[in-house]
Amino acid sequence: MIPKDKIVIIDYGLCNLNSVLNALKFLGANAIISQNPEDIASADKLILPGVGAFGEAMKNINDLGLKKVMDEEVLVKKKPILGICLGFQLFAKESEENGLFEGLGWIDSTVKKLNVGPEFRIPHVGWNNIKVTNESCLFEQIPDDNFYFVHSYGYIDTTMKIKTSVCSHGVDFVASFQKENIIGTQFHPEKSHASGLRVLKNFIEYRGETKC
Amino acid sequence: MLKKRLIPCIVIRDNIIVQSIGFSRYLPVGKVEVAVEFFMKWDVDEIIVLDITATRDGRKPNIDLINFFTEKCFLPLTVGGGINSLEDIRNTIKAGADKVAINTAAITNPEIIQQGARVFGSQAIIVSMDIKKNSENKHEIYIDSGKKPTGLDPVDFAKKAASLGAGEIFVNSIDRDGMKNGYDLDLLRMISAAVNIPVIACGGVGKMQHFAEGIIDGRVSAVSAANIFQHIEQSTIIAKAFMKKAGIDVRLISKANYDDFEFDELGRVLKSPKIEEARWY
Repeated sequence: MIPKDKIVIIDYGLCNLNSVLNALKFLGANAIISQNPEDIASADKLILPGVGAFGEAMKNINDLGLKKVMDEEVLVKKKPILGICLGFQLFAKESEENGLFEGLGWIDSTVKKLNVGPEFRIPHVGWNNIKVTNESCLFEQIPDDNFYFVHSYGYIDTTMKIKTSVCSHGVDFVASFQKENIIGTQFHPEKSHASGLRVLKNFIEYRGETKC
Repeated sequence: MLKKRLIPCIVIRDNIIVQSIGFSRYLPVGKVEVAVEFFMKWDVDEIIVLDITATRDGRKPNIDLINFFTEKCFLPLTVGGGINSLEDIRNTIKAGADKVAINTAAITNPEIIQQGARVFGSQAIIVSMDIKKNSENKHEIYIDSGKKPTGLDPVDFAKKAASLGAGEIFVNSIDRDGMKNGYDLDLLRMISAAVNIPVIACGGVGKMQHFAEGIIDGRVSAVSAANIFQHIEQSTIIAKAFMKKAGIDVRLISKANYDDFEFDELGRVLKSPKIEEARWY
């Protein structure tokens, strides 16, 4: 039997992370929540979840001294990381949420407000179907293509080469991407019932195939 | 396309699910844990748990119960009842709820809407209004488990709640509660037209047809009900099948052939195909 990967859910002090932890436990993963750089360094895989504002999240990551260890583990050691919602946005160079804030800078893109017409309500909250654009192991055997979204900002540059799916709510935006070991979803897999759990299971079982 | 949502509302007093009739009679139905396990298999989009007499009886949200939910329930969860302060919101969200439904406190202390939205985001704050037609035949908001009139017009208050940062409005009709005669569609239409945030309808569903009416005629984003889901096997799957037949864009997950359902004009099930519940993960 292959030993279980140790998955660390990075806690940067903004939100309730138990939903993500419970979903991983339900799937039998070996997961913990931590903001300790040593735990992050000893992990096999990382998850960066998130609900909240971009600027405050980056401030917390910097104040907790997590940027250095995350850069090392993700960019140098190439550990798989899954960003969820705000966590997915934090991978960007910058975000325009409430000003202009520098992100982790792993993805050369800017997070922008979903600029929609009056007939669309913002935040984009609820179940929406994604369109898988590039092969990705995240979406293997998902029972349906609806996922739960809660956000007002996103990656609206859908020409992005690393995208693996897109979604639409008055404007098209990137619903997921993968750049080597850096994987992210705008939706919340931990709240997306059967399909979401399947996505998390696929990440748990991900073995670094180039086509995740 | 954003899907229209179907949301069972689990109405509890303490830890027991009850059937509520006109906000005055409560019949015990069963255990919360059992209902949650069923709903997880039955195509629901979210779950709302309301402890309907919590504020009146001085109870706080039951944290153990919320913990139980988050271990079993990989769906958005809203918790209402006894939410009277920022501290209550924090504890409820920390325990694993995604949203709180604020009812009496939203009226007596509207600042809680603004504070809650600022700290936790608008998406986490649902303002819940219990509404009854008063002696002048006008809609009016009632608080304290539907006992106390406020003199407030629900359309005006919905606008105010939205401007203070509420993320959604939950509209419950006291007149229709347990009556099985359908939603108060006029009320829903007025509130939906007045605000630019999602409106959730509740109160009065007695037939599957009523869900479709709520979306199409009431123009709401989500339909909720309590009693009907507790008394019919696979009730939420049947409701989704009916909504799909009515041309509503809903999320489907069971391996049911939804097109094989047949309903009469009142939304009663005439033919129900064998439903294979999807292994839901």
